[in-house]
Amino acid sequence: MKVLVPVKRVIDYNVKVRVKTDQSGVDLANVKMSMNPFDEIAVEEAVRLKEKGKATEVVIVSIGPQQASETIRTALAMGGDRGILVKTDQMVEPLAVAKILKAIVDAEQPGFVITGKQAIDDDANQVGQMLAALLGWPQGTFAHSLELADGSAKITREIDGGLQTVEVKLPAVMTTDLRLNDPRYASLPNIMKAKKKPIEEKSPADLGVDIAPRFKVLKISEPPKRSGGVKVSGVPELLDKLKADGVI
Amino acid sequence: MASLVIAEHDNAALKDATHKTVTAAAQVSSPVHILVAGENCATVAEAAARIAGVENVLLADAPSYARQLAEPMEALLLSVAGQYDAILAPATTTGKNILPRVAARLDVGQISEILKVVSPDTFERPIYAGNAIETLQAPAGKKIITVRTTAFVAAAEGGSATIEKIAAASDAGNSKFAGEALSKSERPELTSAKVVISGGRGLGSAENFKLLDSIADKLHAAVGASRAAVDAGYVPNDYQVGQTGKAVAPDLYIAVGISGAIQHLAGMKDSRKIVAINKDEDAPIFQVADYGLVGDLFKIIPELDEELSKRGYK
Ligand SMILES: Cc1cc2nc3c(=O)[nH]c(=O)nc-3n(C[C@H](O)[C@H](O)[C@H](O)COP(=O)(O)OP(=O)(O)OC[C@H]3O[C@@H](n4cnc5c(N)ncnc54)[C@H](O)[C@@H]3O)c2cc1C
Repeated sequence: MKVLVPVKRVIDYNVKVRVKTDQSGVDLANVKMSMNPFDEIAVEEAVRLKEKGKATEVVIVSIGPQQASETIRTALAMGGDRGILVKTDQMVEPLAVAKILKAIVDAEQPGFVITGKQAIDDDANQVGQMLAALLGWPQGTFAHSLELADGSAKITREIDGGLQTVEVKLPAVMTTDLRLNDPRYASLPNIMKAKKKPIEEKSPADLGVDIAPRFKVLKISEPPKRSGGVKVSGVPELLDKLKADGVI
Repeated sequence: MASLVIAEHDNAALKDATHKTVTAAAQVSSPVHILVAGENCATVAEAAARIAGVENVLLADAPSYARQLAEPMEALLLSVAGQYDAILAPATTTGKNILPRVAARLDVGQISEILKVVSPDTFERPIYAGNAIETLQAPAGKKIITVRTTAFVAAAEGGSATIEKIAAASDAGNSKFAGEALSKSERPELTSAKVVISGGRGLGSAENFKLLDSIADKLHAAVGASRAAVDAGYVPNDYQVGQTGKAVAPDLYIAVGISGAIQHLAGMKDSRKIVAINKDEDAPIFQVADYGLVGDLFKIIPELDEELSKRGYK
């Protein structure tokens, strides 16, 4: 079974983003970019399926500018087999991402797609579910653990009340949560090997997908600032203050 | 036309996330209808009918909706979507699971976790872990929206909506519920509690984490955690507060042994008052805390517990 893993190049999770003063966006100049952490977990899970003999090939897809090929390389160094870069310099909304991925699924015919549950830049949490719906496939979102059988998957999900297990027929889409696994670091030999793995380039137009944005971003602004308060001398003073504030 | 809110419930009780979503929905398109999909959930529909401002409650009562799995819910929502110009769900794990499927099938983009309805087609939502706020305008046509419930007040009780039974919609039947392990707690829910006390890696173990219980009891608080505490297995995943866990905005948030990474702050910095207890005086959590207590939590927490007792908190 072929497994498809979409990965997104995003601002590194350690970077404190800065909103541009003209409110047109956030400052991405000279900022460290990395693979979306949830996608790293997705790549890791796919590679483990291959190592266990449950997947035959792991195909990595990224939609983004030329530099997104570096993100694909990282995934290939972790153990992916080949990459597809759908190149565009435009911002692509989640629905259009899902449509592009659907076109790739139609061509590649994977039996399982693993995406991150959300990208840490737009925090939308949509693509996996949208892709599943467009394909008419079932889904297991926010995955905590996975048991893959012949023709079906048992996916335990992190939900607001605890954990829930669903059984879905394959093909299916799974989206990853934090506890699914601990992604590996690519070893130097594997990074070297990844340089020789093929990355095919396509455009959204090649796939027949219109990526013109539907939404108009009016502005990107700073959230209300919270100013740090005071240090208190000890527990009694703390409780006096909280009482005075009326919160206890 | 009207807006439709997907009720958050467990077949027995209607969750207050629904009331908050109704408030947002009324600002997008009135009148507001509520969809209660579940199994043996008539009491939930009755509770939904009592929310002020709600005109109609659609009740889909069938075994296939017992767990509100995304696939049957998608089919059900598509069967009624034509009557509405907006469909909203609270940004819970249920709402997030279902709604993007509906959006995709209707060929409209989804607006996730809105903080504010600026006008019926313009919304504010957090991006980059809440370090930026995006204001975006949706095109004409249906709006599919999930709502950050802590950003909206709950709609009041006092309504008397009609309850209309609707038929189940057929779906491919390619998913099924196969078990659950829910955290049991007598405490208030994390997302609606007035007081939250959260622990981080600084607690050091599952055993130590229980130190927070006695304080939580006295303050009627919910207990939360940082990702590091969840990853280390001190508490279950549903305790996680943050960018990728739960967003909370209580009157009082007490962070114990939590450093204050941006991903954690994303989930709690809208709290009214924040208290930080940390031995590192440079910990970033102090930059957002109204009151900081620098010191060893293993000394401070028992002291806090005792002082609360002295002051009559039980
Ligand atoms: C994709 C992604 C998503 C994430 N999502 C979330 C999320 O939703 N929520 C979240 O919380 N994190 C999230 N994180 C993780 C986040 O980046 C931090 O790693 C995490 O919040 C740190 O948890 P912590 O503060 O408990 O641990 P640490 O950063 O290790 O801090 C422990 C603190 O305890 C203090 N301490 C230790 N011992 C004592 C003592 N005896 N007395 C007093 N203080 C003490 C230390 O001084 C320190 O400040 C995410 C990360 C990624 C990459």
